[in-house]
Amino acid sequence: MAFDSLPLNLTKLQGAVPVWRAVAAPADLPGLCQAVKNQGGRLVALWGTDERDRGQGYALQLALAKPEGMLWLRADLPAGAPRYPDVSTIFYPAGRMQRAARDLLGIDADAADRRPWLRHTAWPDTEYPLRRDVAAAAVFDQCRDDYAFVSVIGDGVHEIPVGPVHAGTIEPGHFRFSIVGEKVLRLEERLGYTHKGVDKLFQGMPFAAGAALAGRVSGDSSVAYAWAYCMALESIAGVVPPARALWLRALLLERERIANHLGDLGYLGNDGGLAFGLAQFMRLKEDVLRMNAKLFGHRYLMDRIIPGGVACDLERAAMNAIGDECNLLEREVRLLKDIYDDHSGLQDRFLTCGRLTPGTAEKLGVIGLAGRASSQAWDLRAQARPAPYDLLETRMKTHKNGDVAARVNLRFEEIFESLRLARAVIERIAPGEIAAPLPAVPAGGLGLGWAEGWRGESVVALEAGQDGRIRSCHAHDPSWQNWPALAFAVFNNIVPDFPLINKSFNLSYSGCDL
Amino acid sequence: MYQLLKQIATVGIKTEAPPAAEEAMRELSQRLREDILGLFAGSLAIRHVDAGSCNGCELEIHMLNNPYYNIEGLGIKLVASPRHADLLLVTGPVSRNMEIALKRTYDAVPDPKLVVAVGDCGCSGGIFGESYASRGRVSNVIPVDVAVPGCPPTPVALMQGILTAISLNGRRDG
Repeated sequence: MAFDSLPLNLTKLQGAVPVWRAVAAPADLPGLCQAVKNQGGRLVALWGTDERDRGQGYALQLALAKPEGMLWLRADLPAGAPRYPDVSTIFYPAGRMQRAARDLLGIDADAADRRPWLRHTAWPDTEYPLRRDVAAAAVFDQCRDDYAFVSVIGDGVHEIPVGPVHAGTIEPGHFRFSIVGEKVLRLEERLGYTHKGVDKLFQGMPFAAGAALAGRVSGDSSVAYAWAYCMALESIAGVVPPARALWLRALLLERERIANHLGDLGYLGNDGGLAFGLAQFMRLKEDVLRMNAKLFGHRYLMDRIIPGGVACDLERAAMNAIGDECNLLEREVRLLKDIYDDHSGLQDRFLTCGRLTPGTAEKLGVIGLAGRASSQAWDLRAQARPAPYDLLETRMKTHKNGDVAARVNLRFEEIFESLRLARAVIERIAPGEIAAPLPAVPAGGLGLGWAEGWRGESVVALEAGQDGRIRSCHAHDPSWQNWPALAFAVFNNIVPDFPLINKSFNLSYSGCDL
Repeated sequence: MYQLLKQIATVGIKTEAPPAAEEAMRELSQRLREDILGLFAGSLAIRHVDAGSCNGCELEIHMLNNPYYNIEGLGIKLVASPRHADLLLVTGPVSRNMEIALKRTYDAVPDPKLVVAVGDCGCSGGIFGESYASRGRVSNVIPVDVAVPGCPPTPVALMQGILTAISLNGRRDG
């Protein structure tokens, strides 16, 4: 077992991915986290839940991963003074998650950074909207915003504040650059602008509606989130979706990856000064989206994954059409890759730009696509391998350079791998049901879903409530881990390269603003 | 360079002005072009604001510029500053954390200005509704001329929304 050397009472949850539950004392958390880290593990997510309606206090929840599976830890905190020891000194990404948990629930890590994260002006620091005694419809007066950015002082150092409304068609966030000349000395990110109260919305929602909401945590990763959510729910219900449904889910997830990678490769070419690339790749992406609309009924495949299975089936002719499309894409993308590779002006922008060394990436716990471009070998499809990936033998790709060029090359390679997987699905899929009925789900049941989206892992932790409704649900985006890494990647680069570096990460705002 | 030029020549022009199959779209393009020529001297400048969206609507706004829809070919340009814009394209339920930024962006657009609210969330608050964190529909925060439903709305629906907003402006001025 992956975590059996830890001094914990482990309970294995049934389900598509190996997940163990355990309860720990808050004081033991740093020791446990350090032990997991020493064994090559990492922190996936940290959040809190309000358990006072059960006569308890609050619960701090941690998800820790090793390649073999996930450890879901709970630490009970008293209702009176809910405090716990800081783990951000062990796992760097914990810092912002701890701040978010305090903003929403009032549980406090004894950490050095006392600044809010998700709380801007919409509620005061005496209110905690995720507490069960605060109504979802509660409205607070706008408060004063006096966020303290870290200032860099020295001869010729000045600041460029950017956002929340950015110059391009992208999500809102604030970047504070401290620069000297055109060189970036420090980038400080401030996010949380798209906070929509997702955790609060989940509470009391019927299970089916929860799948739709999960699919809108981050619109470009709708399939990954919907799958993770349904995986969690099916784990609680003890349901295994029919084989055909699982194959179709994998097909949907790989198509989501292909579409996003195509779009990113277009924009990366464009940001590197090659508008040709944007036109070519966006043409291919549009072709994929149109095929999605035609075969699955939605350009971005939203609401296609439902609890128990999938909402759409494919006829043989449609499978053949996908096979032809894969062959065409393979040919076109290889041609465009040759053009990108041979374009000295473009490679000059890509190579050594925005470098995140494997050492820094490891310290920061960087994952997903950006992690793999810096030697962080995490890919759920090749490791814990939830069905049907247990039958697919996904070839994980990694690079060690960690620059824009590595993230570009990785996208090319992952497109080819996804095309291979899509073809394999079409070859192996057999006729059958596409959804299993969901039996009554026991109240208090716990489930965790884990899916390798195009950006990285989407994780959904779910607790069932009464009458087919959600008691609590938390969705975790890989961008939590990777946003801090962007600030390191941009260090010592010039400001005009920031858009290119940023695009090469292409992180989600909505996914971690929740 | 040879490969690049060959690819351009091989792919050819993908911008759609097709006959029967996409008749609605072709008409739309023509009317759009005429209205833009008439009312905005051949050029409409749009500033997009994400006021709290899930990023789904942004994906479709991006697609407006792909070779199939090619809105720049129609004289529509997505610009970097609200001060350069004739029209705001606003997505999302308006999160309370974006409320002030959205109002300030609206104020920065010179008069006469148009606002198109995009997506189910922009139209009604959508799945996120109104809460401690969300103000819901865009018109709860700034005046809206046209609302384009859809989750997310297709590029064609977005083009129709923009057209409708421009026609409204014509009526208002006339």
